[in-house]
Amino acid sequence: MSDAIKIKIDGKEIEARLGQTIMQAADEAGIYIPRLCAHPDLKPIGSCRVCTVVVDGRAQAACVKPVMEGMEIMNETPELLQHRRNIIDMMFVEGNHFCMFCEKSGNCELQALAYRFGITAPQYPYQFPEKDVDATHPDIMLDHNRCIMCARCVRASQELDGKNVFQSIGRGFERKIGVDGERALGDTDMAVTDKAADICPVGCIIKKRVGFEVPVGKRIYDKEPIGSDIEGVKS
Amino acid sequence: MSKPRVASTSLAGCFGCHMSLLDIDDRILQLIELVDFDRSPIDDIKHISQRCAIGLIEGGCCNEENVHVLHEFRKNCDILISFGDCATMGGIPAMRNNIPLEECINEAYRDGPTVYNPQGITPQDPEIPLLLDKVYPAHEVVKIDYFLPGCPPSADTLWAALTALLTNQPVELPYELLKYD
Ligand code: SF4
Ligand code: SF4
Ligand code: SF4
Ligand code: FES
Repeated sequence: MSDAIKIKIDGKEIEARLGQTIMQAADEAGIYIPRLCAHPDLKPIGSCRVCTVVVDGRAQAACVKPVMEGMEIMNETPELLQHRRNIIDMMFVEGNHFCMFCEKSGNCELQALAYRFGITAPQYPYQFPEKDVDATHPDIMLDHNRCIMCARCVRASQELDGKNVFQSIGRGFERKIGVDGERALGDTDMAVTDKAADICPVGCIIKKRVGFEVPVGKRIYDKEPIGSDIEGVKS
Repeated sequence: MSKPRVASTSLAGCFGCHMSLLDIDDRILQLIELVDFDRSPIDDIKHISQRCAIGLIEGGCCNEENVHVLHEFRKNCDILISFGDCATMGGIPAMRNNIPLEECINEAYRDGPTVYNPQGITPQDPEIPLLLDKVYPAHEVVKIDYFLPGCPPSADTLWAALTALLTNQPVELPYELLKYD
């Protein structure tokens, strides 16, 4: 293959192909780079910065940065681990994450990253912001308390469902996911079969009447850290 | 040498974390070999009687009495551990944190659908500790040395952490024992 190139991640040489992102190449080589806003079915937007790696001395989002011949990438350095931990901590204190009664608990990617990083408590003060719950849709609930603004739902609705149910509205701390502007989810053409209904990494978009279906102990991240599937590809 | 002393308290919590501590089952006999209990809901001692090696905090800080207890624990314990989500992040009681305090009190004592209170009195006996504006995680009030999240943390989690501390080992929870639910 003519587009085959070689790159290095944490000193280990791996094969990659031109046109891949660093994250895609790492995944294929069995190297896990933590992520939240990236999803294999969606175009990457590089917004959460959890996947930050250092490429030839510069910080880059691995989910958007294309590979190039000879790239030297740092992934698991103490600084990067700390940086990722800081982002996760911020997400916890900037929302209202009551894992003990959250339907997503055990299957939540934010929580799973916190587990993987060994976070026992965030280092920042809790904000306890005031957020809404939108239960107007017959089959889906939107609990803004848990939203991490990854915009996966925005992209899934547009790219996969051919709709435009979700948008990011507002700025800074006030930023939130809106549905058709300021309307309620029940007023939109969102269907429970939409891809967007399954795309949320956290417990913000929740299907009604299926909560707590999987018993504790059998949920995705109960026994194996997030990323284990990727790390299992090769060792 | 006398045994290290352990104190524990339940602040704005439901005692579930203490139940989980009792859930270590017969290992409680080993625990009693290793430590003496000082102030704790388990023995109903009301104040810490002498220096303690470990203080276990269940529950967040929701009223002025909780603040006093936390200070007593910090002053008298070498190591303070927040155990349970209520202590580490406020937990269920912290759900009131984005509702104004007055609204909470009115709902609880005057306007709630099951409340019978024709004179509209809200309790204000000086014996009742004043509520804080919010429920605070314990570490936002005093310094906390270790955190064991979970609602409650499992008996195995508590056992692993306590035995590590009591045998001078680092507290490193295996993956399955660090949970937030
Ligand atoms: S969304 Fe995830 S982190 Fe937030 S409360 Fe639910 S399980 Fe916990
Ligand atoms: S609702 Fe879910 S998918 Fe959408 S931005 Fe929030 S966290 Fe991401
Ligand atoms: S963390 Fe859970 S079990 Fe422990 S006191 Fe709070 S509500 Fe009860
Ligand atoms: S996963 Fe790359 S920025 Fe979010």
